[in-house]
Parts: sequence; structure tokens; C-alpha cells
Amino acid sequence: MSNKLNPSMSLAKPDAQDLSKKQKLAVGLGVVGLFILVLALFNIKLPKASIMLTLSLVMISIGTVIYANDAYLTKLKGIRNDGVWFKSISSRGTLGWLTGIILTSFYVVLYFYEGLLGASTNGEANTGLIALFDPLSKLLSGRPASQWFVYGTLYTIAILAFGYKFILKYRHNRYEQIRTISVMFFQLAFAFLIPEFMYVMNSDLPYYDLKNVWPLNYYNFEQYRINAFINGGTIGMAMLIFGILSIFVITPILTFKYGKRWYCSWVCGCGGLAETAGDAFRQLSDKSQKAWRVERWVIHSVLVFVVLMTTAVIYTYLGYDPNKYWLTRAVFLYAVAGFLTLVFVLTMIFKRNELGKDAKYGAIGYFVIIIALIGIHLFSSETKLFLFKAETLRSTYGFLIGAIFSGVIGTGFYPIFGNRVWCRFGCPMAAILGFQQRMFSRFRITTNGGQCISCGNCSTYCEMGIDVRAYAQKGENIVRSSCVGCGICSAVCPRGVLKLENDTMKGRINPTEILLGNDVDLMDLVNQK
Amino acid sequence: MEHIVIIGNGISGVTLARHIRKLSDKKITIVSAETEYFFSRTALMYIYMGHMKFEHTQPYEHGFWKKNRIELKKGYVERIDTDNKALEFTDGKTLNYDKLIIATGSKPNKFGWPGQDLDGVMGMYHKQDLENLEIHAPNNQVCKRAVIVGGGLIGIELAEMLNSRNIPVTFLVRESSFWNGVLPEGESEMINRHIKNHHIDLRLSTNLKEIKSDENGKVKSVIIEETGEEIACNVVGLTAGVSPNIDFVKSSNIETGRGVKVNRYLETNIPDVYAIGDCAEQHEAIGNRRPIEAVWYTGRMMGETLAQTICGNRIQYKPGHWFNSAKFLDIEYQTYGWVFSERNKQDYERHFHWIHEDDTKCITIAYHKETNAFLGINTFGIRMRHETFDKWLTEKRDVDYVMNHLSEANFDPEFYTHFEEGILSAYHKQLQTA
Repeated sequence: MSNKLNPSMSLAKPDAQDLSKKQKLAVGLGVVGLFILVLALFNIKLPKASIMLTLSLVMISIGTVIYANDAYLTKLKGIRNDGVWFKSISSRGTLGWLTGIILTSFYVVLYFYEGLLGASTNGEANTGLIALFDPLSKLLSGRPASQWFVYGTLYTIAILAFGYKFILKYRHNRYEQIRTISVMFFQLAFAFLIPEFMYVMNSDLPYYDLKNVWPLNYYNFEQYRINAFINGGTIGMAMLIFGILSIFVITPILTFKYGKRWYCSWVCGCGGLAETAGDAFRQLSDKSQKAWRVERWVIHSVLVFVVLMTTAVIYTYLGYDPNKYWLTRAVFLYAVAGFLTLVFVLTMIFKRNELGKDAKYGAIGYFVIIIALIGIHLFSSETKLFLFKAETLRSTYGFLIGAIFSGVIGTGFYPIFGNRVWCRFGCPMAAILGFQQRMFSRFRITTNGGQCISCGNCSTYCEMGIDVRAYAQKGENIVRSSCVGCGICSAVCPRGVLKLENDTMKGRINPTEILLGNDVDLMDLVNQK
Repeated sequence: MEHIVIIGNGISGVTLARHIRKLSDKKITIVSAETEYFFSRTALMYIYMGHMKFEHTQPYEHGFWKKNRIELKKGYVERIDTDNKALEFTDGKTLNYDKLIIATGSKPNKFGWPGQDLDGVMGMYHKQDLENLEIHAPNNQVCKRAVIVGGGLIGIELAEMLNSRNIPVTFLVRESSFWNGVLPEGESEMINRHIKNHHIDLRLSTNLKEIKSDENGKVKSVIIEETGEEIACNVVGLTAGVSPNIDFVKSSNIETGRGVKVNRYLETNIPDVYAIGDCAEQHEAIGNRRPIEAVWYTGRMMGETLAQTICGNRIQYKPGHWFNSAKFLDIEYQTYGWVFSERNKQDYERHFHWIHEDDTKCITIAYHKETNAFLGINTFGIRMRHETFDKWLTEKRDVDYVMNHLSEANFDPEFYTHFEEGILSAYHKQLQTA
């Protein structure tokens, strides 16, 4: 049948989607909380900023908590996706689009017009929304708020409040609960509180969310930060070393043992928001083969971009003279080229067969980088790379990827394209972890023999747009670079077919033709060839 | 080029077509009157519940069929002319075949109840049934109460569907306990309680006498056989099992019983005509299986097998160890090997039953009372690994081995509480008292 003619099976509005009285009250409470923020935004003088801010944040949180209690605690434990595709907010209805537009506008203002939020220029006091957050900022670090502090606070509140909702929704599932407590903790402690306290201890240190690893934290190795780290004494140096170890040592080890989920759905802040506030939108991700093709091209292009950009930026502030400092421009370029070559050669030798057709694309990406590195070496002057400054490359990346992609599109479009648009199409960190997950990790989603009934719940609720069913119905394990290990496919499966687990590398990828349960001889016959 | 025509685009027919394509270049046509594209029948319930849209239940993108040169024809076959190897459609068109496969699945049973064809009475099997339900039970204003007749897997799914829209449900079950022709007592009773916890009005040992009509030919109420009670309702779901959907075959020379009769090679009495899936009936049952197995997995396995035969490697349908699964509201059920209910229990079959105090998890393990051989397991609320039990059944492990290694078979998500210790100590306790 044509879905275009009959987009929803529901002709009339089913009753179950209506909010209960308590839920309406909760939504009202949250909206009033948000309204206080809007009043402040429009520079309406509110008495007692500290009380107003507290009131607003408490109302938003309590509203979410009451809503969640009524939505889930009134029912038995279990999968509660009733009416997801009937609700306007979660099925790209009017509410969904409206939310998308509001969020997107918020991000545009946040990144490019912070003045509208009331950010101070040249040392004056903050006004508007940002001024409302001054008391909290002063309490934590003694300085007035910035737009990033406002954003960080709201972000943290969103993860905590919707994290609570998520925990109730999956209160039969301990994997989901523990994972959610983990992202709530990392957001509150690592992203929000610790950087503020570190500022109190040593105000020369750059803001550093320790769980934010390069290349997600693409600015980590810029000159001003490196200088601050180096000048920051032992703690500064420790932070710098930790930043380098994070990507070259800690990340590979944890990803080998647990897959990229240890980061993407347990630690990361972007993932944290996606899994909590974004949970209602996970079903909106595009599962088509075409989307998968686009995903692979875009995310790996971003990775190439960030590697080149970071190399260029570091390159330009390094010196030429080996007597002054051992890490010269030449040494650095050789080191980068050498490292990438090592990764490339090892992958081609050991994992060539697993890569299949993608080997060609990997090779293209590798050579683009190497040629660019040679180009940097041959054609750059003291301040310029080729014809433009490294700074131009950096600011272009910051604008296109850091702001537009991860913020405006990545989060603003939650209600349209799903909650993991950034993680799936844009995040260079996810690309690196994903590459390792696909090639060299013990993690997989095991398919339980022949039990799949092809119902499609797993694919529908995969936020990364993986067609999980395509593997499960063939009895094949799911080993995909994009999988963030959220575990929802396993949770929504009505037949207990999927299990996330870490096991040996052997037999991890197991394409089968005939499924378990059939004639043993037939299975042998068909699977052998 | 040989033309393979498959009637029915369910899991059996589609699996067959896919595997023929892998093995050969034959021309393949799939005929269906129900839908244009293959969808997962078992997922229909989730559309009504709003978990998925219809398109999500289609496992392959629309381009898949063209890419794999599998032609899809929408049409209703009225007659099979085996002499001329042709199908006649209701619209008068014909289609010639070289080999024909009947894979038309099932249709809901109707047992001649008065009023069974009224407006608002429906089965829950075809996509059209779902559309019909959407008309008659869009919400609890239009449908103030629904009555479901027949306590099987489809019945409880229909109850869950209606429940998701807050439509009150009365669930009439002929047996004294839910699905106790299949499930042992302890399990069946746990499901009874679970159904009631969902505020579904479960009536055990209760039969339907008749369905009453209002002045417009719509359902008004049902009458209970035992008590004569009249229950007002707007929808009646008939879910008292299914039977092969083969009326159109009966006018042909193809031998039929309850289903299309096939031998172990899935061949009918007419050369080049085969039947697979729900509509196929084995001359003799295979092992403990029934001659007609209306199960998703069986349809798929028959498709996998018959593709070999059609592509020149004639082999018998030899299913492996029995397995199945279902979900009763929030409780998942899996079974491996054979565990029979009290009604169908073999005389050598003995059971070990364990139930968790939260009343949503239990297992039953069947073993041979003389040899102690492990026969099978039913598991509720605890996921188990298919591969492990398949292996243990093949290795003919005894029940002690299975009990002591149960944790190897656990398939629950990480961090879930494990119950093997409690199960094992309950098992030892039972041995001492037995």
C-alpha cells in the first residue's frame, strides 16, 4: 500500500495520547518556569534574580518529574512506547516542528548573537537572561555569567530532569538505568561543576571539561590553551598530558574493551542530552541505505577536516629551531604523517577483508591528508598555510562544524531528524571511536539464533539509524561503527533477540544464510560456501 | 527462463524468493492480494499501539525487489489450473507458471457463532483487520468495550492493543487457564495474574454463545454461554486460532486436508506445485510437531529449504530443535525443545518449575523421568540463548548438566539480576523432597 495516501493508520485521535490532568499540570509548571526565562530574555526587570532563577529552574525540573511520575509510575514496568507515532511532538507534527524551530533559533542566538541574551560587552554588567544567571555563576566561581554558563546550566538541568524521566521509563532495565545515571553524573560533575571549581582554584587555567576529548573538543590544542596549560604549573601540565593520553591511550583501550558506548552513551555530554532530553525523538532517524551512505561520507569528511585543521593550527605556532624546543614544525609533521601511516598500514594488512569496498574510501581519506601535509610542508610561510591563515581554517571549522553542525543542526533539529544527527553525521570523535569499534573491539550486539520475527521495533527505535533488523533477521551479529550502544534495540525487542556484550574478537562478525533452528545439514551446506 | 510463481508475500514466500534469487537467475513473481510489499505480520499490533508506522514493519526498502528482480503482483487468485499451469485471477487475468508455490498463510477461525459476521466483529490477522479495527475502535469514546474470544497468542495481543488506547477489554477464554493447552499450569496461572494486573477483565472457562446486533447490523453485545450474561460492547475480536487460507485451492486437483497436503519435500500431489508455511499440511507430523505449524519460524525454514529443491538440490524439510517465542503484555516467553502442558504431557515427562517472587519471571524445565535427559525449557521474563539450548539438545545433555550450566544460557541485558543460584537451590530442594 502507499504510505503517502495514508500516512498514519490512526484515523481518529486515539484517546491514549491525551495528557492526564496531572500531566497537564506538570507541563503548565514547566512552561511557567520557562516563561520566567523568556521574561528575563526580553529584559523585563525581575525582582530578586536569585529567587527568580531558582524558581524557574525548580519549576522546570519539578514539572518534568511530576510528568514522568504520572506517565510511568501509574503503569506496570515494561516498554511504554504507546502512541509515540500519534503524538505531535514525537512524530514530526506541528508541535515537533515548532519545538525544532524554537530550539534552532535559540542556538543561532547563542552562537552568533549572544548580545540578544544580554551578554555584556566591554566589562559592563550583564543584562537580560544572562544577568538572571549571574547569582548562580557568582556562587559557583565568583564571576558573572556568560552565555555559555547559561547554556551549560540549562543543558545540565535538561540532562538531569529528562534523565530522571528516562530512568522511570526504563525502570525494568538496569542497563538503561545505570547508563543514564552515568551520563547524569558526568554532565553534572565533569562538564558543569568541576570546571567552575577549577577556575576558583586557578583562574589562569583554561576551561576544561576533562571528559571532552579531542577531536570533539577540537580547540583543545590551540596555542592559547597550550600556553595556559604550560603556564598553569603541575596541574596545567597534567591537564595537557591527560588531554593527549585521552585520545591516544585511554580511548583506544576502553573502546577495545567495551566499544564506543563507554564514551558515546555513558560519558559524552552530546550523547547525554541525546539520550535524555532527546529520547522522545530517537525514532525519527532515517534508516534508509541512502542515509547510511551520506552518513559515511559526511562524518569521515569532518574527521579529515579536523585532523588537517588541528595539524595546521599546531604547526603554525611551533617553531623551526630544534635547539629552542624539541618539537619543531618538521618533527610534528613527520610525527602526524608517521602515525597516520602506521594506522593505515596496520588496518590494510590485518583488516583488509573486513573493510571490503570501504578500503578504497579509507585509502582516499588517508592520501588526502598526506598530500595536504606535504602541501603544508612545502607551501607554507611563517604565518600562512598555502594562501590562507591556519586561523581561517580553524574559524571555518569552528563555525561550520562546532556551531552550525553540532549545535544548530545537531540539537535544534532533534524533533525533525532525530536525536543523534550530530553524533551520526558530524562528530569526528564518533568517527574515530566507530572506526576502532568496527575494526578492533570486543563489543557487538549478539543476535539470538533464529528468534527474530522482523517486527522492526529495533530499527525504528535505533537513534543512529542502523537497520538493526536487517542483521537480526539473518541471525547476524551487529558490528557497526556508528552504534553507540544505547541498548534500546535490545530493550524494545519483544522476543529477546538482541544483547549488547563484550566477548572475544573471534566470530564477532558472523554472516549467515540459513538461521539456527533449521536442518543442520542444510545450514552447513549453505553457510559453508 | 523458468518462471517461479509464489502466491503469498508473507515470511514463507519472501524467504523462498530471496533464497531462489541467491541460488539462481530464475524469473520470480510473488502474488499477493493483501499488500503490495512484504511486511512483518507479527508487528501489526505495534502499528495500532503507535509504536511504529506501517512502513516500519516492512523489512526491505521498496527498491529491494527491483534490484533483486523479484516481481510483485497484486491480485487475488481465484483458481489454479494445474493442467495448463496457469493462475486465474478475480479480475479475469491469468498468469502462467513453471513452478508454483502456495504460501497463503492462515485465516482466523470462526466457529459458526450467531452474529459472527456483524459489523465490528473481526479477527486480527490481515492488514485489513487492522484497518477495520482502526475504524471500529479508534478510541474509548467510539469503542466503549471490546470483547475478545479465544485465549491464544493473538487474543492476548489484541487485548494489549486495545489496552494501549484505554479501551476496556473483556477476554473470554474457553480453557480454565490462559493457553493451558500449551503452557504448564504454573506458567499459565502466572500469565492469568499478569493479564488481570493490566486491568483486563479475564473470564476463564467462559464461552461465547452469540453476538447481538443493533438495528444497523453493528455489534451491540455478546451473550455468555455459561451464565447467559449479556456484555455490551462495540467490537468483538475472534481470536480462537487460525486455519490454512486455502479456499481457492479446493477447486483444483491439488490435494487438500485442513491445509495443502505436502510430503517431506514440501511437494503436493501435483508435479511442480509446492506449499510452504502456515497453509502446508504434512501427511505425517514430524517428531512432536503438528502437521500444520502456523509459526513464523516454520514458514521461514520451509522457504529456506524449498529454495534448495527448486534450484536443483532436492532436500527434505528437516527442521531442527523446536523453538518459539512470544510476549504476553510485558512478559517475554521463549521456549527451546519440548515442554508440554499437563493436558499433553508425555508419561515420561517430568517438570521442574521455578517462579520468582515478583510473579513476572518463571521457568519450567522438562526432563525424562528415567534417563534424566533434558527435553526442553520454557522461560518467562528471563531471556535465554538459542544457540546454547540448541547445542545442549543436540548433545543430549541431562537435566543436572543444564541446571548447573544455566548461567551460560542467560541472554538478559548486562547488569540484570541473575537468578541461576536461586533456581539451582530450588531444583536441589525439589530433588530432596521428590
